[in-house]
Amino acid sequence: MVIANRDKTRRAYVNAQLVDPASGLNEKGGVLIEDGRIVSIGKAVTARTSSSAATITDCKGRTLFPGLVDMCVYTGEPGTEYRETLASASKAAAAGGVTTMIVMPSTDPVIDDAAIVDFILRRARDTASVRVAPMAAITKGLKGKAMTEFGLLQEAGAVAVTDGLKGVENAAILRRAMSYANTFGLLLVQHVEDASLAVGVMNEGETATRLGLPGIPCQAETIMLERDLRLVELTGARYHASQISCRDSLEVMRHAKDKGLPVSCGVSINHLTLNHNDIGAYRTFFKLSPPLRSEEDRQALVEGVADGTIDIIVSGHNPQSADTKRLPFAEAASGAIGLETMFAAAMGLVQGGDLSISRLVEALSATPAKLLGLESGTLAPGRPADFVIADLEKPWLVEDTRLHSLSKNSPFEHRSLEGQIMQTIVAGRQVYAYNQ
Amino acid sequence: MTDIKNNTTNTSRQILSGRHLLAIEDISIPEITALLDLAETYVELNRQVEKKQSILRGRTHINLFFEASTRTQSSFELAGKRLSADVMNMSVKSSSVSKGETLLDTAMTLNAMHPDILVVRHHASGAAELLAQKVSGAVINAGDGQHEHPTQALLDALTIRRKLKKLEGLVIAICGDIKHSRVARSNINLLLKMGAEVRLIAPLTLLPADVERLGVQVFTSMEEGVRGADVVMMLRLQLERMDGAYVPSAREFYHFYGLTQKKLELAKEDAMVMHPGPMNRGVEIDSTIADGMQSYIQKQVEMGVAVRMAVLDALARNLPGGNANNEANS
Repeated sequence: MVIANRDKTRRAYVNAQLVDPASGLNEKGGVLIEDGRIVSIGKAVTARTSSSAATITDCKGRTLFPGLVDMCVYTGEPGTEYRETLASASKAAAAGGVTTMIVMPSTDPVIDDAAIVDFILRRARDTASVRVAPMAAITKGLKGKAMTEFGLLQEAGAVAVTDGLKGVENAAILRRAMSYANTFGLLLVQHVEDASLAVGVMNEGETATRLGLPGIPCQAETIMLERDLRLVELTGARYHASQISCRDSLEVMRHAKDKGLPVSCGVSINHLTLNHNDIGAYRTFFKLSPPLRSEEDRQALVEGVADGTIDIIVSGHNPQSADTKRLPFAEAASGAIGLETMFAAAMGLVQGGDLSISRLVEALSATPAKLLGLESGTLAPGRPADFVIADLEKPWLVEDTRLHSLSKNSPFEHRSLEGQIMQTIVAGRQVYAYNQ
Repeated sequence: MTDIKNNTTNTSRQILSGRHLLAIEDISIPEITALLDLAETYVELNRQVEKKQSILRGRTHINLFFEASTRTQSSFELAGKRLSADVMNMSVKSSSVSKGETLLDTAMTLNAMHPDILVVRHHASGAAELLAQKVSGAVINAGDGQHEHPTQALLDALTIRRKLKKLEGLVIAICGDIKHSRVARSNINLLLKMGAEVRLIAPLTLLPADVERLGVQVFTSMEEGVRGADVVMMLRLQLERMDGAYVPSAREFYHFYGLTQKKLELAKEDAMVMHPGPMNRGVEIDSTIADGMQSYIQKQVEMGVAVRMAVLDALARNLPGGNANNEANS
């Protein structure tokens, strides 16, 4: 992960509410940084103690926490740059408090070769304002057949392997991929959906029946998840289910974690805040993979994040143009953008008393960084100066004119969210500042 | 041109509150009753020698059919012509769609020609809703995927109401491929709204998930399902679903779910037999029943034209320059 411009200045951010779950910190204080890294944090960092050589920023009591690490971001670069480039996605990320985007290999060409990992990293260095790291494909061309060069891909800078929105169907191939990934200690990330069972376009149930749309049962997810976890037992590989969507999957994950397996899972912000009834009259911005489930599922997922069964929250940012969304529901593409709205949408859960701010920051920053072996995700001295200053109560209206993403398929369009990112700092350099 | 005498329905009254007719789910009980009452007057008109009315004179009515259809399309065409609209038929299957044009492109092209009424049939659920958001005229859903086919439910209701004088309290059994049927969904919505008891009869592979939550009773045994029914509605089973994907064979389906004299005898005496057509004789219905005394299948076709005239009339009243509008403006 290369970042072009490191700010070498000594700066102090004082008078903030510091939240750093990785060091168990939630207190008033400041952060002193120099040369793109954190020098010290805590009560001792004030305007008075830092005045000698540092540029001082008064945070005015706002909350300061590690920059978010979004472990599931789709862009259109390379291949479909009209949907999203690394540059445009990074602007949306910066505005949403995301300081590290983990981009998916589902591009054209697919990120299944070290040269393409290198391409992504160089493009990111030259055009993106936040950190970018790619996951590489598990199988060549995402075809589910032949393994990619995990070792070389990892050396080139891939942080994990995944087939994006495709699950590896063949159990024998997945078993070998797990064993081989384990050789390099590489995390294997799987989209858990059995394609032969997931022939529908939304959650199976009364709503789908009313709309006359074919449904996808929760079992499409739990069957795949249960199978995968058996293979983890067999291979000992580090495994992460990219996005789970239903209550039954929580039970499956709990059971595997109780056994001590090296497994984790994520959930998208959409599945934590929306349900299948939001589809209303065939609104395609709510067509997702996995599909939005019932309200009971949503509530169970929120509890799963709160109790740690679900490790991380992702945006699942998937830009789609009007051409692929303004179609009859069954024919429209899946996916929603989310980099810019993820934090504010998640703040709704904090305000509703479902999650603490510490748990939220942990799921959005500390844990994904830890899973991928990144240095960021904490404010500890010596770590990269990647952090965010936010006004947790400030409301804002989600309008497509305001969003930085090249595609405007936001399910939160026209909604009012609370929680405004005021400043985003990457490697000591300010990459976003709210002005209005 | 004759105007029907003693037409009880005031021609300037507003019947539908919305601009379009997209789904039975969207309309209210009074709206359904008013549409059926208006349709009654058109049944009488259609039986006269002079069948033409001038209500839609100057209006352009386009039938936009992305799926092949004989009876629905000709029924709408006749309805439009009897009300003096200029009717154009577009079979899109053979034209632009094969050139890669999307549904909305086709719709926008037609919209530029200022149609007043667009009747649309499409293979995707929600297609009519999508069109309605983008065009300036009134949209009538003539069947969207597996979602709804509202005029079919209205014509079925009219057929039943004329024979049994009511809908409330009737026991109506709908039998066959419920899962893939827009006719079933529209009928379920309408009949439940009007207070009928709706029973669904099908093998479990042909029932959509959680369908009982809609307020219907579900039967897998046809004998139990039709027992005491006032009306037995059969649905068409598409040939491609009979090859082992949903049911193993046509003969097995006929054995358990085909309407035979023996099964029909379990229903009320004189129970009405209905089918939206086209029928698979010997698969879902026995020929002797389809052509028998209890069959209302031909009646349904007749009611179809009257109901579609009523829907066209009702929607035209809400168009700019329509009667309901003039009244509102005066």
